[in-house]
Amino acid sequence: MSTNVQKFPSQFPIPAGPRLDPSLDPRFPTHSGAAGSKVGPVSIGRPAHNASPEISKVGLNEICLSYRTQSGERLLALDNINLQVRPGEFVCIVGPSGCGKSTLLHLIAGLQPQTSGQVLIDGNPVQGPGTDRILIFQDHGLFPWLTVGQNVEFGMKMKGIPKAERKEKTAYYLRLVHLAKFEKSYIHQLSGGMRQRVAIARALATEPDVLLMDEPFAALDAQTRDLLHDELERIWSESGRTIIFVTHNVREAVRLGDRVVLLTFRPGRVKSEFPVELPRPRHLEDPTVARAAREILDELRDEINRSLEAEYNEGVKPHVKTTVEEGSQL
Amino acid sequence: MKRAARYIIFYAALFGLWTLLAELKIWPPYLFPTPWGVGEALYAGFQDHSYWIAMRVSMQRVVIGYGISVVLGMILGLGVASNKFLEETMGGLLVSLQSLPSICWWPLALLWFGLNQNAILFVVIMGSLLSVTLAMEDGRKQMPKIFGQAGRNLGAKGFKLFWYVLLPASLPFIVSGLKQGWAFAWRSLITAEMLYLSLGLGQVLMMGRDLNDMSAVIAVMILIIAIGYVVDGIVFKGMERHLQNKWGLTPAT
Repeated sequence: MSTNVQKFPSQFPIPAGPRLDPSLDPRFPTHSGAAGSKVGPVSIGRPAHNASPEISKVGLNEICLSYRTQSGERLLALDNINLQVRPGEFVCIVGPSGCGKSTLLHLIAGLQPQTSGQVLIDGNPVQGPGTDRILIFQDHGLFPWLTVGQNVEFGMKMKGIPKAERKEKTAYYLRLVHLAKFEKSYIHQLSGGMRQRVAIARALATEPDVLLMDEPFAALDAQTRDLLHDELERIWSESGRTIIFVTHNVREAVRLGDRVVLLTFRPGRVKSEFPVELPRPRHLEDPTVARAAREILDELRDEINRSLEAEYNEGVKPHVKTTVEEGSQL
Repeated sequence: MKRAARYIIFYAALFGLWTLLAELKIWPPYLFPTPWGVGEALYAGFQDHSYWIAMRVSMQRVVIGYGISVVLGMILGLGVASNKFLEETMGGLLVSLQSLPSICWWPLALLWFGLNQNAILFVVIMGSLLSVTLAMEDGRKQMPKIFGQAGRNLGAKGFKLFWYVLLPASLPFIVSGLKQGWAFAWRSLITAEMLYLSLGLGQVLMMGRDLNDMSAVIAVMILIIAIGYVVDGIVFKGMERHLQNKWGLTPAT
């Protein structure tokens, strides 16, 4: 990572993630070019590129997580999650609310320990938080007592990077998200979309290999979200980072992901995986995206029904849901 | 403008009432001084530097005592807020201790530290420490969890996490507690100084009593109020305004 940093601040290349296999680089036609890619409905239940010889960037092995509820009973939130994410892959995780998809990101980020199983990064087990994986929260989690620039700088400051270098990189990443003019602003002065862009810049500035995004665009209006989809896709394809993106919006998942992973409702299990082999750049309104999303949505609908049923029942005996939600916030 | 007018009318009336009562001479002047008597006492006190010295000594003590309270209180409060055992045990103790007037520590302080400045500092600390601790504990709990998560996520841990994330994140929630702590510290200091004569505003106040000079007593009382008001209005109001601007909060109600 640091070798890439040395070139800073060259105007053009964005520092690529480490161990990036050129064949996986999204700038190459297999991903982005319309010409070679297969256009059509997604196929179900089969990984996009099976049996890749390299170590997964992120490996989830038999992850289980259970809570003790207020009434004392154990509640299984995640059940035997197995997922391998290739370097540079853009994986979207969808599922009904309460399926534990946000919690899964917290586990990968190391903010919360799993009950059993292993989270591997490049084959090494995760022990606590690390700046090789940065989580972007739905509520952005930016620090209101710092300016936009200081927010972006924060991770580098914690790492002990010298001030001059920090300043340069901050300016660079703010340009990347088109917010260079707002370096001195405070967070409350920005719109929701701008805040998420600052959060993205802040995450990228620590140069993580893996970006974990927890419904980052859920609270934004449709136009802003469209713009940010484009921006995120551009940043991803230019930087070659691995992204795990959690959303409840299937169409968003298909629009962004190389692969969509569907989780079941409580306990969260991997129900199925859908490789998305549509050409990029995609658009939310593409009929192909809509068609692929429909296919996933059909499967998701069962889970949503189950979650609604559970929610209805909880009207009679409350507590269970709130406990899970609280737990997932840690 | 209207507000200023209201102020002027109110204080003019107060002043008038005072003058009237003094002029009626219901009580002898050495018990109930006139406003200009107090004015003269203030002038004389500043003139012979005794008030300046007393203010400097008192401010020095309160700054040291309150400073120690803030540092200790933040650490304690954070500890109590983040440890379930401490919260369940010490949390209740802290709340019950807060009902104890800080001057009750005076006899203990005398025995522990002797009749000196440290005893005064101890009383000041005991007066304000609990407010700061409880405020910090509360602030840490009210503070959105996402800040701590984001901080750890970005590589902050241990002292850095506290200093760069948890402390600034909880400031808006503890500023009122800090203010309360300051008020308690200031009161404790004056009380302690009145009991132990060693410079300071409390001593000057007691000296006025000993000399049967009510003008001087009221003059010092005015000084004590003025300092408390100025610190509150400048330091804490300024801090609140600064935080509101940064966080984009509407002024506290």
